[in-house]
Amino acid sequence: MTSIALTRPMVSRGRFPRIKLSRIFVHASLLFFVALWTFPTVGLLISSIRDKDQLAVSGWWTALTNSTRLTTARVAEASTQVQEDGAWVVKGNLLGPKGGSQTIESFGITNADVRGTPAGASTAMRDGGQIIVQANGDYVWSSPTPFAYTGGPRIYYVVGSPPRFTLDNYKAVLAAEGIGQSFINSLTVAIPATVIPIMIAAFAAYALAWMRFPGRTLTVVVIVGLIVVPLQMSLIPLLRLYNEIAGALGVEAKGYVGVWLAHTAFGLPLAIYLLRNYMAGLPREIMESARMDGANHFKVFTSMVLPLSFPALASFAIFQFLWIWNDLLVALVFLGAQNDKIVLTARLVNLLGTRGDNWELLTAAAFISIVVPLIVFFSLQRYFVRGLLAGSVK
Amino acid sequence: MSHLQIVNLSKRYGAVEVLKDINLDIRSGEFTVFVGPSGCGKSTLLRCIAGLETISDGTLEIDGEVVNERAPSKRGIAMVFQSYALYPHMTVFNNMAYALKLQKFSKDQIKEKVTAVAATLQLTPYLDRLPKALSGGQRQRVAIGRAIVREPKVFLFDEPLSNLDAALRVATRIEIAKLHESMPSTTMIYVTHDQVEAMTLADRIVVLRAGVVEQVGAPMELYNHPGNLFVAGFIGSPAMNMVPCVIEAAGAAPTVRPVGHAPVRVVAAVPADAVGKKGTFGVRPEDLSLTTGAEAIFRGKAELVEHLGELTLLYVDVGNPGQPVIAKLDGNVPIKRGEAIALTAPADRLHVFDDKGLAFPRPA
Repeated sequence: MTSIALTRPMVSRGRFPRIKLSRIFVHASLLFFVALWTFPTVGLLISSIRDKDQLAVSGWWTALTNSTRLTTARVAEASTQVQEDGAWVVKGNLLGPKGGSQTIESFGITNADVRGTPAGASTAMRDGGQIIVQANGDYVWSSPTPFAYTGGPRIYYVVGSPPRFTLDNYKAVLAAEGIGQSFINSLTVAIPATVIPIMIAAFAAYALAWMRFPGRTLTVVVIVGLIVVPLQMSLIPLLRLYNEIAGALGVEAKGYVGVWLAHTAFGLPLAIYLLRNYMAGLPREIMESARMDGANHFKVFTSMVLPLSFPALASFAIFQFLWIWNDLLVALVFLGAQNDKIVLTARLVNLLGTRGDNWELLTAAAFISIVVPLIVFFSLQRYFVRGLLAGSVK
Repeated sequence: MSHLQIVNLSKRYGAVEVLKDINLDIRSGEFTVFVGPSGCGKSTLLRCIAGLETISDGTLEIDGEVVNERAPSKRGIAMVFQSYALYPHMTVFNNMAYALKLQKFSKDQIKEKVTAVAATLQLTPYLDRLPKALSGGQRQRVAIGRAIVREPKVFLFDEPLSNLDAALRVATRIEIAKLHESMPSTTMIYVTHDQVEAMTLADRIVVLRAGVVEQVGAPMELYNHPGNLFVAGFIGSPAMNMVPCVIEAAGAAPTVRPVGHAPVRVVAAVPADAVGKKGTFGVRPEDLSLTTGAEAIFRGKAELVEHLGELTLLYVDVGNPGQPVIAKLDGNVPIKRGEAIALTAPADRLHVFDDKGLAFPRPA
């Protein structure tokens, strides 16, 4: 009995676990980092779909509120006056036919007085009489005496425009600024330059993991060593070599084949290393069982190792693709900067130079360049989860 | 139709010789069990037969043909791995169909064969599942089904039950026995370290130790007539009681004197030149019984009494600390710790081994 009495309060305490300080700290810092990483991307996306005039005057975080600006317009000429109910009246619209959804918040007859009179109220004019300006821009200037001014006086007003989102920026960069072409160029570079090294590396990794031949260990060691060779060091010799071979074969010196081969060469050591380690970890019994079932090495590779290595292939594909997509150096060296071949990163650099003030174009172009990496990552990330081997052994 | 002959087979990894000069003759349709402690080379021998390991020396013949250099799949052999080695990314159906697909059977033939095997193994409801969605026993059956579907001449099992829980192990053991009965012409070779599996399944047991065949024989033959000390100690549970002895008389009335005990009359062919030499005297726990008379072989104090229900294990201190004599007695014997005990056994159930550990033959 005593033991029951003793354990009861512990049970009830277990139902409401004390919130630990460390947990709060972990969650808070997680939240902080998530916010830190996503804020710039969100800002980029919002900026890229805002109206360019609005983007020029206010930050992306104000995107959902009205943006206001000061402006001015002249009232109509004195000759348009008409007599109504014993008063002389000049009518018109300050915003003009292009006013659209803009609204006038306040107005005045001098720049300093611009916030003096709210829309809908009236104020005295220097040339006599009272003027009433409505929010939609309609004004009525009435005076008991006829108007005799020359040149319509200015009315200063604060106009607010509602948030406006548009895809025009994207249309502009895709078509006029050549981002669309560069996007295709980048894909043309990135897709083969991802697929080719993976295919070669998968075969090599299988051989290095599961086939016995003299010099196998040495080969692995050399490949691991090649991982640390800096790309910049081999750039010039590689380019000379390629140019000589291309010249001998009568192929143009700068082309897609060159950049594919370069990316393949630079990606292979890491690819082989990663895939070999993964494949070597696959259960030996599965290969042996397949061999007993009559599979040769090629069959074991295609029907066992390749499907089971999918998580490793996918993660390397993501790495390689992102690296190529964001690469500037290799593409510029091996592909050049001609207008029809220039890749997205190089085009962004150019755009930054020529259109440095047009934020709406820069943000749209930048967002286009990160869309593909995002798609690649989100479509392949589930293969990172290593659940594929469950159920094979034990 | 698959006579397996192993002649002078050796297997070396560099300088380490893991199988030494193995000679075996496995008859067609026989269920042979390789048994031995871990590291004795039994799995290596199986893998040599399968073709997964190369043979360093000697020959392996199947039906009179030397198959040393033949690829595993061409030997007409199927193997069930300890870890099942199911293909994790394939359904049960595809797991079983894989070998047939490689052999270029037509789709209809494959379907027919696989469904037939699945039916006999009660796997039909699971054909579309992936291995990870199966229980341990079902995975085991898929592994066996995958072997059966190829209609091999020789079946190899590499400790197939070691990953199952105790109840399932017994059930699967019986299934394997039935499987063998249903395929009388198929030779089966089974590797285990569990002597219960060996005793219950085997037509013949091959006892291996440190890469050497210690004895080959039918289960009861090994039990009744162990050829040497190792086999005598390995087969049977609890293990045979062994006491050093001196051989006192040979011929028609052979007698030995276990060290520290009175001389004992045995029934064994003890040659005359063995008289006076040292040897080992052995008696199985289940052959011992309580006695009050002068014929007692061992006298001592009950050190420990284990009542297991249907039987009682009695550990008797016979003056040799750390090496009690164990007796397997009836479940209801009223013995208490510390009691004085006298144990005896029939003369024809006693074993005597010479100074090299070899048994003096006993009449069958």
